[in-house]
Amino acid sequence: MRMSKTMLLAVLALGVLAMTVAASCQRGGAGAGGSQKKIALSISTLNNPFFIGLRDGAQKAAKDSNVKLEVSDAQNDASQQQDDIQNFVTQQFDAILVNPVDSKAIVPAIKAANNANVPVIALDRGADGGKIATVIASDNVQGGEMAGKELAKLVGSGNVAQLEGIPGTAPARDRGEGFKKAMDAQSSLKLVASQTANFDRNEGLNVAQNILQANQAIKGIFAQNDEMALGAVQALKDRAGSDVKVVGFDGVDDALKAIKDGKMNSTIAQQPDKMGALGVENAMKVIDGKSVKKSIPVDVKLVTKDNVSDFLK
Amino acid sequence: MSSIARRINPRGLVSRSGPLGGLILLCIVMTILSPYFLTFNNAFNVGTQIAVVAILALGQTFVIVSGGIDLSVGSVLGLSGIVFGWATAVANQPLPLALALGLGAGAVAGLTNGVLITLGNLPPFIATLAMLSAARGLALVISGGQPLNPIPGVIQTLGSGDLFGFVPLPVILMLIMWALTIGILRSTYPGRCMYAIGGNEEASRLSGINVSRQKLFIYTLSGFFAAIAGVLLAARLASAQPQAGFTFELDAIAAVVIGGASLAGGVGTASGTLVGALILGVLRNGLNLLNVSAFWQQVVIGVVIALAVMTDTLRRRK
Repeated sequence: MRMSKTMLLAVLALGVLAMTVAASCQRGGAGAGGSQKKIALSISTLNNPFFIGLRDGAQKAAKDSNVKLEVSDAQNDASQQQDDIQNFVTQQFDAILVNPVDSKAIVPAIKAANNANVPVIALDRGADGGKIATVIASDNVQGGEMAGKELAKLVGSGNVAQLEGIPGTAPARDRGEGFKKAMDAQSSLKLVASQTANFDRNEGLNVAQNILQANQAIKGIFAQNDEMALGAVQALKDRAGSDVKVVGFDGVDDALKAIKDGKMNSTIAQQPDKMGALGVENAMKVIDGKSVKKSIPVDVKLVTKDNVSDFLK
Repeated sequence: MSSIARRINPRGLVSRSGPLGGLILLCIVMTILSPYFLTFNNAFNVGTQIAVVAILALGQTFVIVSGGIDLSVGSVLGLSGIVFGWATAVANQPLPLALALGLGAGAVAGLTNGVLITLGNLPPFIATLAMLSAARGLALVISGGQPLNPIPGVIQTLGSGDLFGFVPLPVILMLIMWALTIGILRSTYPGRCMYAIGGNEEASRLSGINVSRQKLFIYTLSGFFAAIAGVLLAARLASAQPQAGFTFELDAIAAVVIGGASLAGGVGTASGTLVGALILGVLRNGLNLLNVSAFWQQVVIGVVIALAVMTDTLRRRK
């Protein structure tokens, strides 16, 4: 028993040491200015290049305007995010940027921040309650419609399919709504299959394969994000981009490369880094007591082979 | 028990034919509902689509037969793929070295599970839960959260190429891993130890089996299988994804249990697991062919999993 207690202590000590090292690595660069503003950023997940871009944009803007920015990753867990935000409130941050895992589940955390008079700004997704200074997000409906029109232009006429995102999430809903609007407005394209692949590349591959099996004459695919579009490209092999047109959404690096190589035709580029930067800039305005607009749309842009080089870094 | 005796053991027969019967029934239903289902092309589609999860599930079979559980396989898959992708795409190492690193990462993660369980005295559920988190985290750290590519052409061929022009290579790899699993479970000393330990760990220890050493081997094997699946998935997607294999452990465990294995240990076969993976694969494929709405798909999959395992246990009780 004594032995195991010693072991336990040793393990705990090791754990504390590891945390200290990890923490000091994280904090390495931060200056120790006395009146430096502190902004917190709670991200839904860093398990996705899009949100990495958002974080990078915010970090760059923070560095440029000499603010301290602390980032937490909720790993797509709404309760984890609530804890993260509560910790930020306790640590008396000057403002909190939140990219909600879930628009409903985030409400209690926002109210907690409201009660402590810490301003909250929502990024990419809004919140269903609480007081938000501003929501900074892409216009997903507009983007979905843009994608639908582009697909119609590329395909001309014939059967098309859609790969949907995670059922019930706002981006899946909005992009689907915009795409449907574009489909309803014309008559030469027929949407013969619409299936979810959960925003995932592997599922995009499998589901596209199955859709193609059931619908031999598919001439175009719209995927509600680039990851699924890239999966569809794998499923189509040589036919991708030529016989079957592929339009994605987000504008991640791999998709831009695929467009350059002609395997994908278009994507709707979001600007996650701009979203992150706008978050920090507007947080500074709110801290300084200036007024900001209730919602700040971040433009989406159509990327094709012609302008892809502007987006590739 | 001699292998012949086990083969004609009626209980063994039932536990093997149970899930197979379910698979056949499912295929009949799908054939009636969709004219596109029963074609060679679609059969190979299903085969390629399940290959990754099936290989994970085969590795999981060793663990479950021995009375343990490995929750980390999805994350270890991701980590192995990323280590492989990093070695080849970022560090520009030669392919054999990159492969060795990727597969080695999976085996080391598995071995670490084994060490935590045997030396650290952690329950397998906790040890592998810890690895689920740690391995995914490492994959994100190494990749910086970004997909890593390009994957070398030879490996891409493994993911999307065919043998004789029509048998997809992922299916071949899956069948090789299946044969390997049968071989290990039936005809090797560690294989028989897995059934013994799963049946009664204390009795196994008293009869002279070095249980700790066997467990180290079992979890290493599971990690290694996860690594093979990781490289295969990277090959299929032509890209190593940091989030590859997210929640795959659930599919892998479901496949093993649908295939007739008991979470209590001591029971389970490689073929049963393959059938379990096929049931999940046929179901997802069929629902796509029928263009069933995403909301209903999740309901149907849940119901079929419950039914499959329930009919199997009811049959065995008779």
